[in-house]
Amino acid sequence: MKLQFVFALLVTTAALIVTPVTYAADITGAGATFPYPIYAKWADAYKKQTGVRMNYQSIGSGGGIKQIKAKTVDFGASDKPLTLEELEVNGLTQFPTVLGGVVPVINVDGVKQGQIRLTGTVLADIFLGKIKRWNDPSIADLNAGIDLPASNITVVHRADGSGTTFLFTDYLSKVSPEWKERVGADASVAWPVGTGGKGNEGVANFVKQIKNSIGYVEAAYVKQSKMNYVQLQNHDGIYVIPTEDGFKAAAANTQWDKAPGFYEILTNKPGQNSWPITGATFILMHKSQENPAQALAVLKFFEWVYANGDEMALELDYIPLPDSVIKLIEDSWEANIKGKDGKAILSVKH
Amino acid sequence: MSKIHFAAKLKRQLLFDWIFHKVTWFFTFVVFALLAALIGSLLIGSMPAIKAFGFDFLFSADWNPVTEKFGALVPIVGTLITSIIALSIGIPVSFGIALFLTELSPPWLRRPLGTAIELLAGIPSIIYGMWGLFVFAPLFAQYIQPWLQDTLGQVPGISFLFEGSFMGIGMLTAGIILAIMVIPFIAAVMRDVFEIVPPMLKESAYAFGATTWEVIWYVVLPYTKIGVVGAIMLGLGRALGETMAVTFVIGNAHQLHASLFMPGNSIASALANEFTEADGELYTSALIELGLILFFITFVVLAFSKILLVQLKKREGTAT
Repeated sequence: MKLQFVFALLVTTAALIVTPVTYAADITGAGATFPYPIYAKWADAYKKQTGVRMNYQSIGSGGGIKQIKAKTVDFGASDKPLTLEELEVNGLTQFPTVLGGVVPVINVDGVKQGQIRLTGTVLADIFLGKIKRWNDPSIADLNAGIDLPASNITVVHRADGSGTTFLFTDYLSKVSPEWKERVGADASVAWPVGTGGKGNEGVANFVKQIKNSIGYVEAAYVKQSKMNYVQLQNHDGIYVIPTEDGFKAAAANTQWDKAPGFYEILTNKPGQNSWPITGATFILMHKSQENPAQALAVLKFFEWVYANGDEMALELDYIPLPDSVIKLIEDSWEANIKGKDGKAILSVKH
Repeated sequence: MSKIHFAAKLKRQLLFDWIFHKVTWFFTFVVFALLAALIGSLLIGSMPAIKAFGFDFLFSADWNPVTEKFGALVPIVGTLITSIIALSIGIPVSFGIALFLTELSPPWLRRPLGTAIELLAGIPSIIYGMWGLFVFAPLFAQYIQPWLQDTLGQVPGISFLFEGSFMGIGMLTAGIILAIMVIPFIAAVMRDVFEIVPPMLKESAYAFGATTWEVIWYVVLPYTKIGVVGAIMLGLGRALGETMAVTFVIGNAHQLHASLFMPGNSIASALANEFTEADGELYTSALIELGLILFFITFVVLAFSKILLVQLKKREGTAT
């Protein structure tokens, strides 16, 4: 009896181990955490329609870049685009998938939702620790008629390395020469002042809990946790609030066709409606594919995503790319991603 | 006939003995091999950072991923300070708990209380972290921090420890959360070792008219000191390496502050936060070197506790 049971157990285990091998067309990807919810949702819907499974491990952009270089995954994902030079050296090509925005959030008594106006330089000075109180003249001058408290500002930033931080610091570097020189732009930086929260949730929580604080989070978190955001002055000098249209405007006002390797960071873009801290998240693939069938499965997945994924993205507060950009991306596949024989893996007809 | 049978049995038993010996030896060897491999890979991984920064790494408070200048001073100080806070709260409280459970508690209460303490030890650390962030930190900022500043913050000499605004998070909060986490460990082990003290010893002391405190101090503690030191080391080990709970409440800022109200960083939480997105060889390597340093600190602490025990043994019979 006992032996029989052990035997049955062994057979089941063996079956479990062997079964996944039959799904030959499984796609694997790894990288950025920011787009993980939408990639998972797309993968789920795609599996239902086509039976092809997409496994995405959200291990962070740094990890994603390492994994694709080592060819352990079919595609890598990064919130920070690689420069053309980095792409060349590693034989990689990249393309954006969805857009997101970064929004400064505050917790100040007596200030209504989206009431406070800030310029890029003032925001940079707050995060540099140069502006220490909410009623500092440089803030008060932008917000006549609002009763600002004389309290110290507590700065909250991300403790973990993050694409959100990269976009935020890239924006501050573009608008403040002092920020650029003293701090710079990266996924994690040496913050002059402030407290670090882990993840968007961590920052959102600290800002909610600590009076007179300011932080920055992914746009989706502002909506979900009903936080108080600020108006920012964009490149055209107009004060805008973070909306879907604002992120789209920033993408539309970007000349993607003149950006080799889609190296575009959508911060401080021109346009009346453009939200100044917008960014795309990217997919990395090898240019020369040893296994064309596998590469085809990956590209088919993203072709399906561009055609059918907009609705799902909006549900999760991600912003889909404009159609013109999608056309450019699909054309770039034909030109860049090839088998060993030099033939394009996938040509998309428009 | 029976003699041959006996010989065969003996032979078989000898063979089993031999196999058993080799198997246990192998298991022990595996642990040592793992340890060596761990140290080896940490050393190799941190080589670029060691070459780039040398000993300055230990004394530099810089941590700048953009310019790739790294130093471990802030996380080292943060790790040590939070652990010291945790132990200075945790040891007396655990001692009290263990004492109550073994000597003072009515017998019917011992089992439920003991089980409750053991349950506390089994809670995953992230629960402590979330509780610390969502429940403890706001209350701490509203009630305890202002009170601390009005009382201890007025004492000359240590007032600098309690300066700054009340954020609810920071080094002190991390230390207190750690204390709550190590108490069940220390208390459970202390209770177990207190229980093994032969009743005869205690009863003899009581017969001489000793108070409960005198029995504890002069009979129970000397008899169990090895176990007690072991319990404290277990707690310290957990405090030094604790990651998630600390990350939630320490504030994660690479800055040195004298005040315990201000945010800091610990080695384990720096690793947990930054490892995933660390790109660039030097950045990753600096993080691995942090891991190596934590390993070294733990090793020193263990060695120190062994030396302490040896010293205690030497003094046996001379004092008390």
